[in-house]
Amino acid sequence: MNVRKALSSLQGSLTPADQRELVKEATGLLKPSARRLVLRHGLTMGGLALLTGCSATSSDEAERLLMKVSRFNDKVQAWLFDPNRMAPTYPESMITRPFPFNAYYEEFEAPVIDGKGFFLQVSGLVRKRDIWSLEQLNALPQEEQITRHICVEGWSAIGRWGGVRFSNFLERIGADTTARYVGFRCADDYFTSIDMPTALHRQTLLALTYDGQTLPRKYGFPMKLRIPTKLGYKNPKHIVEIFVTNDYPGGYWEDQGYNWFGGS
Amino acid sequence: MSEETTSAVRQPAWVRISHWVNALCVLVLVTSGWRIYNASPIFDFRFPKPLVLGGWLGGALLWHFAAMWLLVGNAAGYLLLNVFTGRLRRRFFPLSAPQVLADLRAALRGRLDHSNLAQYNAVQKAAYLGAWALLLVVVLSGLAVWKSVQLPLLRELMGGFDNARIVHFFAMGGLVLFSAVHVLMVVLVPSTLRGMVLGR
Repeated sequence: MNVRKALSSLQGSLTPADQRELVKEATGLLKPSARRLVLRHGLTMGGLALLTGCSATSSDEAERLLMKVSRFNDKVQAWLFDPNRMAPTYPESMITRPFPFNAYYEEFEAPVIDGKGFFLQVSGLVRKRDIWSLEQLNALPQEEQITRHICVEGWSAIGRWGGVRFSNFLERIGADTTARYVGFRCADDYFTSIDMPTALHRQTLLALTYDGQTLPRKYGFPMKLRIPTKLGYKNPKHIVEIFVTNDYPGGYWEDQGYNWFGGS
Repeated sequence: MSEETTSAVRQPAWVRISHWVNALCVLVLVTSGWRIYNASPIFDFRFPKPLVLGGWLGGALLWHFAAMWLLVGNAAGYLLLNVFTGRLRRRFFPLSAPQVLADLRAALRGRLDHSNLAQYNAVQKAAYLGAWALLLVVVLSGLAVWKSVQLPLLRELMGGFDNARIVHFFAMGGLVLFSAVHVLMVVLVPSTLRGMVLGR
């Protein structure tokens, strides 16, 4: 937590290259604590464990088996995913107001980012490893959607997002669309990754606006990836780097046990 | 031929195995489902912590989305075997509303005959068929919650994503109610437990 706060206060005064280094270092520092989080949460069976007298070892076994099934569920969802199936869209009158804030931290802790000095980093299996200013992104063809955001917790809310169709952006950066994953690193130390077919889905949007306004800080300024075919935790906010890769990048929640595909 | 086997063995091995696998699946799915529900309650209450499975939301989801495969696979096997061995027809039919009412009245007055456990009374038939119908609803509404974008027909059938959660919740409630009555009946007629364990 402290690393992140220090990071966001520093970010304004650093060059993008420095920022990247810092992010990398911070992610490295954070990873062990994320692992501890797994142990803290545990997958213990609560009362059932007491009932059956399950030892710590058998609970590890159970955890491994459950994670295997979760990987199997990734494959089932990838198979079920239809690139031509659109998530339902809604009229403006159905937008949830106010649209809920949601993150692994409180709203006042959301990163403060200066749009003027901001550059999005593009890396990995792309022809143009480059940085993008917000002006450049805003100059690309924009589109809008009113779709339902479904949280893994079970609630849902309808919102209106605008921005660049992600498949167009991937085309512009010359992404290798035969690669398996697109990964995201965020200014709030969040990170996640998605499958290429979902990245290329027509409704997957690099969102720069919310409800007609520049994307507010609480919804992920300067940009979030809006994927109406996936659960909320697969919709990263405050994105600072996008990379294309064949090496499984995992994710903040996914590494702790949330299903990786997270499709809806 | 089948008459003889049913009189010797009240419940064939495949029925007993699928029954206990199903009971375990329902227990895991209900308790992990309660933990998932607690993450964002639909109504003004949460399930008490000692009763829920999975620790945190992510753990409960792992249990839920693993046990669902076993439940569906087991139920599919049970249904197919019931249809193809003729057990479904033999055990559950004929069945009529007047029979159910008559047996229900007899049961409430404590006059229902339990001497031949190889045959279900009409209340049992209706209750078991009802439980399987509830299982079907719980699976379909669960699919609509899980895959509301990929399964639009199911989503619309359930009245949209938010409503599918409510359907899923009440189907669970029905199953829990059934299980409670079911266990109570076993306590009242304990020889049925022997039948479901040893087959005779």
